Amino acid sequence: MPIECLVLGAGQEVGKSCVVVSINGKRIMFDCGMHMGYADSNRYPDFSRISDAGDFNSALSCVIITHFHLDHIGALPYFTQVLGYKGPVYMTYPTKALAPIMLEDYRKNMDRRGEEEQFTSQHIEECMKRVIAVDLKQTVQVDKDLQIRAYYAGHVLGAAMFYAKVGDAAIVYTGDYNTIADRHLGAAQIERLQLDLLITESTYANSVRDSKYNREGEFLKAVHKCVAAGGKVLIPTFALGRAQEICLLLEDYWERMNLKVPIYFSAGLTIQANMYYKMLVNWTSQKVKETYVTHNAFDFKHVQTFDRSLINAPGPCVLFATPGMLSGGYSLEVFMQWAPCEGNLVTLPGYCVVGTIGYKLMSGKPTRINLDKDTQIDVRCQVHQLSFSAHTDAKGIMDLVKFLSPKNAILVHGEKPKMAILKERIESELGIPCFYPANNETVSISSTGHVKAHASDTFIQRCLSPNFKFLKCGVPDKSASGSKCTEGISRLQVVDERVADSILVEQKCKKAKVIHQDELLLMLGEKEHEVKFAYCCPIRIEKSVQTGSKDLSSTDNQHLGLDKRSLLELLSVKLSNKLSEGNIQDFGEHLQIESFHVSVCLKDKCSHRTSNSIENQSELVFFCCNWSVADEKLAWNIISIMECCTLNTT
Amino acid sequence: MEFTCLSKGDGFHFPPCSMLNLCGFRILLDCPIDFSALTIFSPVPPAFSGRFDVESSQTEPVVRKRQRIEKQLDANDLIFEEPWYKTVKSLHLWDASFIDIVLISSPMGMLGLPFLTRSKGFAAKVYATEATSRIGQLLMEDLVSMHMEFRQFYGPKDSGCPQWMRWEELQVLPSALKEIALGKDCEELGAWMPLYSAADVKDCTRRVQTLKYAEEACYNGTLIIKPFSSGLEIGACNWTISCPQGNTACISNSIFGSSHAMEFDYDALQGNDLLVYSDFSSLKTMEDAENNTNNFGPVTGTSSNLREEDNHWQEAAATLLKNDGTSEEAEKLAFICTCSIDSVKAGGSVLIAIDRLGILLQLLEQLSIFLESSTLSVDLDHVPVYIISSVAEKLLAYMNIIPEWLCKQRQEKLFSGEPLFGHVKLMKERKIQVFSAVHSPELLKNWQEPCIVFSPHWSLRLGAVVHLLRRWCSDQNSLLVLESGLDANMALLPFKPMEMKILQCSFTSGIGLQKVQPLLKTLQPKSLLFPKDLRCPIKFSESNKIYLYHENEMLCIPRMNHSTEIEIVTDLAYTFKVKSWKQESMSRLRGELFMEHGKYRLLSGSKTANSQQQRLLLHWGSPDLEKLLTELSKKGIDGSIKQVNGGAIDGAEPENPATTLLVHHPSKALIEVREACTVITAADENLASQISDAMDSVLGGI
Ligand SMILES: [Zn+2]
Ligand SMILES: [Zn+2]
Ligand SMILES: [Zn+2]
Repeated sequence: MPIECLVLGAGQEVGKSCVVVSINGKRIMFDCGMHMGYADSNRYPDFSRISDAGDFNSALSCVIITHFHLDHIGALPYFTQVLGYKGPVYMTYPTKALAPIMLEDYRKNMDRRGEEEQFTSQHIEECMKRVIAVDLKQTVQVDKDLQIRAYYAGHVLGAAMFYAKVGDAAIVYTGDYNTIADRHLGAAQIERLQLDLLITESTYANSVRDSKYNREGEFLKAVHKCVAAGGKVLIPTFALGRAQEICLLLEDYWERMNLKVPIYFSAGLTIQANMYYKMLVNWTSQKVKETYVTHNAFDFKHVQTFDRSLINAPGPCVLFATPGMLSGGYSLEVFMQWAPCEGNLVTLPGYCVVGTIGYKLMSGKPTRINLDKDTQIDVRCQVHQLSFSAHTDAKGIMDLVKFLSPKNAILVHGEKPKMAILKERIESELGIPCFYPANNETVSISSTGHVKAHASDTFIQRCLSPNFKFLKCGVPDKSASGSKCTEGISRLQVVDERVADSILVEQKCKKAKVIHQDELLLMLGEKEHEVKFAYCCPIRIEKSVQTGSKDLSSTDNQHLGLDKRSLLELLSVKLSNKLSEGNIQDFGEHLQIESFHVSVCLKDKCSHRTSNSIENQSELVFFCCNWSVADEKLAWNIISIMECCTLNTT
Repeated sequence: MEFTCLSKGDGFHFPPCSMLNLCGFRILLDCPIDFSALTIFSPVPPAFSGRFDVESSQTEPVVRKRQRIEKQLDANDLIFEEPWYKTVKSLHLWDASFIDIVLISSPMGMLGLPFLTRSKGFAAKVYATEATSRIGQLLMEDLVSMHMEFRQFYGPKDSGCPQWMRWEELQVLPSALKEIALGKDCEELGAWMPLYSAADVKDCTRRVQTLKYAEEACYNGTLIIKPFSSGLEIGACNWTISCPQGNTACISNSIFGSSHAMEFDYDALQGNDLLVYSDFSSLKTMEDAENNTNNFGPVTGTSSNLREEDNHWQEAAATLLKNDGTSEEAEKLAFICTCSIDSVKAGGSVLIAIDRLGILLQLLEQLSIFLESSTLSVDLDHVPVYIISSVAEKLLAYMNIIPEWLCKQRQEKLFSGEPLFGHVKLMKERKIQVFSAVHSPELLKNWQEPCIVFSPHWSLRLGAVVHLLRRWCSDQNSLLVLESGLDANMALLPFKPMEMKILQCSFTSGIGLQKVQPLLKTLQPKSLLFPKDLRCPIKFSESNKIYLYHENEMLCIPRMNHSTEIEIVTDLAYTFKVKSWKQESMSRLRGELFMEHGKYRLLSGSKTANSQQQRLLLHWGSPDLEKLLTELSKKGIDGSIKQVNGGAIDGAEPENPATTLLVHHPSKALIEVREACTVITAADENLASQISDAMDSVLGGI
């Protein structure tokens, strides 16, 4: 059965991630995001493509949300509360805890921009109540056939890649991930899985990033310079994620440099967010985790709450304000006040959506920004671009694809030209078919199936008994990118020749059965009829002087009895020199190699000699050979050696 | 499959321990310590109690006079030596190196693990949930640190057998002590172990592979092991083990509804081939309640009442969780709080020697509410609550970062951004003060009475509790809160005369008897392993098999499923050459067999490329020679049948006559056909192969 992948969002773009995958009769929606760049119906995925009738409950088996970013969860309250999807929704514990803050923050800002409200606070609350929280690696049985599992993705707190398996078909959808650990999160981590399809983000499909520490250093220098000169630093961020990461960075720096300049958070909202981070410290990086007993890293010492009266208060400060990208709301309000002053600094994230003030500031160095037709902002302050990203780069994506080695790959969450380049690389370097569909396109791929059969005990015993050998599959890919991929599942492999001793029997209306060939005859009620080959092979003899002119083929039994042995030994030596395969066993009367059986033939007339007109018989000795069908090739190989060789008797 | 229950255990702190042999792997379930046996030792004598020194009149306690007459036990009868710890007796009859896997179900089930991991040759894989492993580690560290006091008091000892274990010493032990030391059958002396070191604990936890909730662990490619919450304690779990021979679920002490730990996830244990039921917790209640009734095995029910019950079982299962006993538990906690408040009001202090994490956390929350709401006395709000334990700070901090293992209501706190437990706030407000030891200078500085103290160890032999008991034992206004499962008489011996009020509480530590039947009906295992000692109805279906087991009796259970399944990758299956014979179609297998994730799988292996070898390897039937001639001539091979006595040619016995077919063209060859064998003689490989092909078409073969 093919796997069908309908891309409803983040196809050849970043924003409103939403992919609907059909596997073996199950249909899973991965992410339900919104697009920050649109204010019209384009901001949500086109859900009507899932079900014309709007019957999402029967059309979908479940919804899985990878992390709390709005481009992955922004449309969820709308989908569940307005469009009425009632089925299960899965996300990790941190995502369930933090998503309402993001959604509420967005909803409020949406109000301020005077846009039509798409969902209410109550919608968010009711939507979140229905969410089923999952732990990392927890194997969740959605129903009898559908199994899902989350893997650590880095990126933001609680971000996860999701594995889904129905019957024999399995896929992974990454969401956003980071293969490099940062100040507060670990690197993405997944185990080797057998996948038919990997759907991966490709934000940085074509770039390789330099050291994050340099960037952090530059950022701290810029901030320090500004506050030292009495300036104010504005850091527009979303409530969660980057805010905590930068705050950890500043806390650490403030401590080291013994700075006293106040750090403000714009609303109680974000301070509340730190409370969540404290309880979810297990989901952060190893370093942060280890210190939680003595000091929870999210207990920020230097952070205070901000209120409006402080906007124009004298003296330096650092302010975290929502939303990020200066798309409106509080951060924009403060920006309008601080931007005209040269001594101030505004830091912007590496990625700003088209249409936001942040985007305008970053493209070129404008001195004046038109907010709307009546409002203009003079920009004289410093602008620092914070280019540390929480996304993996091209190398990280390649490493992950290589490590998981799926049968197919689909790229989403990226820019079309860059995706095209990455697709090329994945196909040419890794030999994995790769697609990057546009929104509302469907990619169909075939999936592996299995034939299920009963296995007889004899089969299992014969195949498993002595020849166990461990096959460590999956050399851990500890590449420079630092992506930690755990060792794959160990497999036991059984030498294959014995598999060939077994038969798959299919009867009508019965489950197929695998049996050992010895059991087959019993089952059929037939008697074995052995088919063998035989050949009495002549070999030339070269007599040395010492033995005189005694004829070897004479009937002097006593003499020949001795020589029969030595002839076999001579043959054994010859064969072992020339034969590359098989193991020569000497049984005294005969030699045996697999089923090939050879002994000295002293008969005058042997039925296995085909030619009776051999001249000069005195220089020949006959070796009677027989073998079974299985060793046909080996046997003729041996015979050709025997026919060409000469035995030197001493 | 084989199963041996090594120990029924006893209550919360001493979980059952058993050995399971599955698919040839030996699996040990839990490795606990029997702390109730520790009471035969004397706590560190008072002279050593530092600040909390109470005048004592004991002289030369170590010298014990040989006495034949049994008198009332007193403190001097206890053993005045560095204690050893009693583990599961039968476990030591097993060679540690023969164990393949150890599954730890709860922090309590982990406390004896270092005894095993430090033993020679131990190489088993140990699995435990993340939370169990972390809490277990802290409890073990605490144990080692509490035990240090004994080391300091008695000084370094030589590695030999301690004094008390000598036969002549054991002989003079009072019978109550002797029974604990030697066991009822006098064969448990070998179960005593000197305590492990901090390094042993470290090494032990290093060996544990931690799992998340319901995370799959794959052992050796064959067993798939998964933990599901049991509700007993934070991180406590039941296990499911799948192997090609079937799926097994193991239930140890489980609690349906909990006010702190994640609930008993019984849904995940449904429909297994085998269920190993080893929750003995109701044994205690049964003994208490039915001491005078006759002894019967579990009631398997008659079919008449069964049918009637069947109609109701679904309802019964549905009510399982509703009546989870949490309200009963809450009442007990409230009662403890009320008693504590009363004592404090009377000017006495309260010592709570309960080592159940969940109870402790809830008591802390409840107590603060009681203290705040008690309007009778203004002072009550200032009654300090102390927690004294070397690991309390770490434990309490840890409790607030594992929402994944908490019950639904606590998880809701996470989602609304509140701390998971009340102690976080209370500690910040300094309403709860945590100290690592009773001698710590900060404690002495802050010490204020009356107060409420939480301190290990519940056995009253270790930890700060010993010193505080000495201090308060003669104060009739003070209150001691004990756990059940402890022989209070024995436990309190060193502190006699005891004037304190004593409250001994029992809390749920497993599945109630009345819930066993509905639970089993919900789980519907094909076979059930059930303790013979538990007398309760367990008939739940006509077709299912029930095996009753006894402590230390090995039970062999026939294979669970009758056929093993193999999966063949479709792509590979398509490459098989299918042959038909009568009704059947059959094909010879190719590829490589893997044992992968508990399943046999045939995958196209590296060697499969060699597909040219398609000769039929097995033949049956008897060849029709005329038909063979026709087949040969189709291939351009001419021959003729020559009926001869086999013996004439190669001296074979005449009873085994051969029919010979002579081939003249393209070159000479000979086909000798006997009843069960055909021999083809040809000097030319190609000709031989063609004849063989012809044979294939006149015989059945694969
Ligand atoms: Zn993201
Ligand atoms: Zn994204
Ligand atoms: Zn011959």
